[in-house]
Amino acid sequence: MAFTVKVDLDLCQGYANCLIEAPSLFDIDDETNKAIVLGGDEHDEEFRTQAAAATRGCPARAIVVEDV
Amino acid sequence: MDRVLIVGGSLAGVNAAEALREHGFDGDLTLISAEESLPYDRPPLSKQMLLTDMAPEQLLLKESYWYEKNGIDVVLGNSARGLDPIAQRVALSDGTEREYDGLVIATGSAVRELSVAQGEPRLHVLHSMNDAIRLRAEFAWGKHLVLVGGGFIGLEVAAAARSQGLDVTVIARGPAPLSRVFVGDIGLWFQGLHERNGVDLRCGSALDTIKWGINGAAVTLTDGSVINADIVVAGVGSTPAVEWLSKSGIEITNGLACTPDLMTSVRNVVAAGDVVSWRNPIFDEEMRVEHWTNAVEQGRHAAATLLGNRDPFASVPYFWTDQFDTKMRFVGRTTSADQAKIETQTDDKLVATFGRDGVVIGAVCIGAPRQLAKYKVAIQNRTPWDEALEASPIA
Repeated sequence: MAFTVKVDLDLCQGYANCLIEAPSLFDIDDETNKAIVLGGDEHDEEFRTQAAAATRGCPARAIVVEDV
Repeated sequence: MDRVLIVGGSLAGVNAAEALREHGFDGDLTLISAEESLPYDRPPLSKQMLLTDMAPEQLLLKESYWYEKNGIDVVLGNSARGLDPIAQRVALSDGTEREYDGLVIATGSAVRELSVAQGEPRLHVLHSMNDAIRLRAEFAWGKHLVLVGGGFIGLEVAAAARSQGLDVTVIARGPAPLSRVFVGDIGLWFQGLHERNGVDLRCGSALDTIKWGINGAAVTLTDGSVINADIVVAGVGSTPAVEWLSKSGIEITNGLACTPDLMTSVRNVVAAGDVVSWRNPIFDEEMRVEHWTNAVEQGRHAAATLLGNRDPFASVPYFWTDQFDTKMRFVGRTTSADQAKIETQTDDKLVATFGRDGVVIGAVCIGAPRQLAKYKVAIQNRTPWDEALEASPIA
C-alpha cells in the first residue's frame, strides 16, 4: 500500500528531525527554514518506517501520513 | 508478562505505552500520573503557552479516545509513593497498591527550589500546565518581571514576557547566560540577542533575598542592588524525580542507574526519560538527558527492553530553544569537549561545533537546519573532527 505525506507549514518550526529520520522523504527549504516533502504525491511502502519515525519525532506534530 | 505498569504521565511514559502495544503486548497496561490532566507536551509551556492564548487541550499528547482504543487504563491525580521490587508492587498516594510483572519508571524531573524562597506561593516556576496558565494570567504590558536563573527556561520566559511588552530583568550567576551548558561565545550571542530586544541582563549576580509586599517584591542581589518586581519567576533547573524510590533499594546515582539497554538495578523494571542515567555507546559516556526527543526514544526503547530486546540505547541528544525570532538547535554534547570552533556568526545565524578525542561530538545551529541534520549524522558515525568540518558547506 502506498501512502501520502503532508507537512502543515503553519505548525512546522524547522526542527529538521524529519530530515534526520527520513532523508528520502524530507528536506528543509533554505528560504523558509521549513520542511518540504521530496518525491511525488505517493510514496512506496519501503519508506513507511522512515515516515513513521519522522512523524513521531516531529516536536511540532506537523507531519501527517495517510494511506492511499 | 501479563501486567505492565507505567509510572509517570509523561512524554516518555506515553511513548512507552504506545510502543508496548505496537510490539504486540496485549496484557493489562496501566499509566499512573500525579497530574490531573491527561499527559501533555511541555516544550510549549515556556513558548506558545505564554505567547498566545493557546488552550491547554491543545497540549495533550493523545486524546482520551486513544487510550481507550489501545486499552490503556489511565489513573490521574495519583502519584507513586514507593516501590517494593521483591513483591513487585508500587504504592500510590491514595493508599492503594498496584502489582506488576513489568514496570516502566518515567517520572521525569522535579523543579529545583530557590533556597531563599522555599514554599513561597507568590514565586512563579514553570514546570506544569498550571504553572504556565498562572504565569500567563499575570502578564500585562509595562509590568516588571524578574527572572532568577540564566538557563534555557529562564531565557524563554524572558523572551516571551518581553515580546508582550513587559519590562524584564534576568539575574544570572555565570559570566553569561547558559554558562552551565556552553562556554564562551554562545552564551554571549544569546546575551546580545536579549539585550537587542531590551532585556536587562545582570550576569555574574547572585540573589540575596526576596521581600514580598502587597503588589510585588523587592529582589536584593548580593552586591546590594535592589530590583522592584511585579512578578518573580525562578528558573534554576530541575532534578530527577526519584525521591519516591529512595527506600526501594533501587540504585540511584545521578538519576536511576541503568544498564545500556535501560534496565534499572532491579528485575523487570526499566526506566525512560529524565530519570535515566546510562552509558551512551556513541559517546562512551555516562549521561542523563532532559530533552524531548530523548524522552520519546527512551520510552520506546525501554518498552522493547521490557519485552526482551537487549540492544543498547545509542542516541545523539537533540535539543532546541526558541527565543524572540531565533530558533536554536543543538545536537550531541559539549561537556568535556577539547575542541570548539565557531563556523558562522552573525546576528541571525550561528554555527558552532565541538570535538573530543579527534571526533565531532556536538553542534549548535541557529538558523541553519541543514547543517544540524548533517552534524547529527556525523556525530552518530563518530566522524573525525577534520573530516566533519571540511565537509561543511560555506554558510
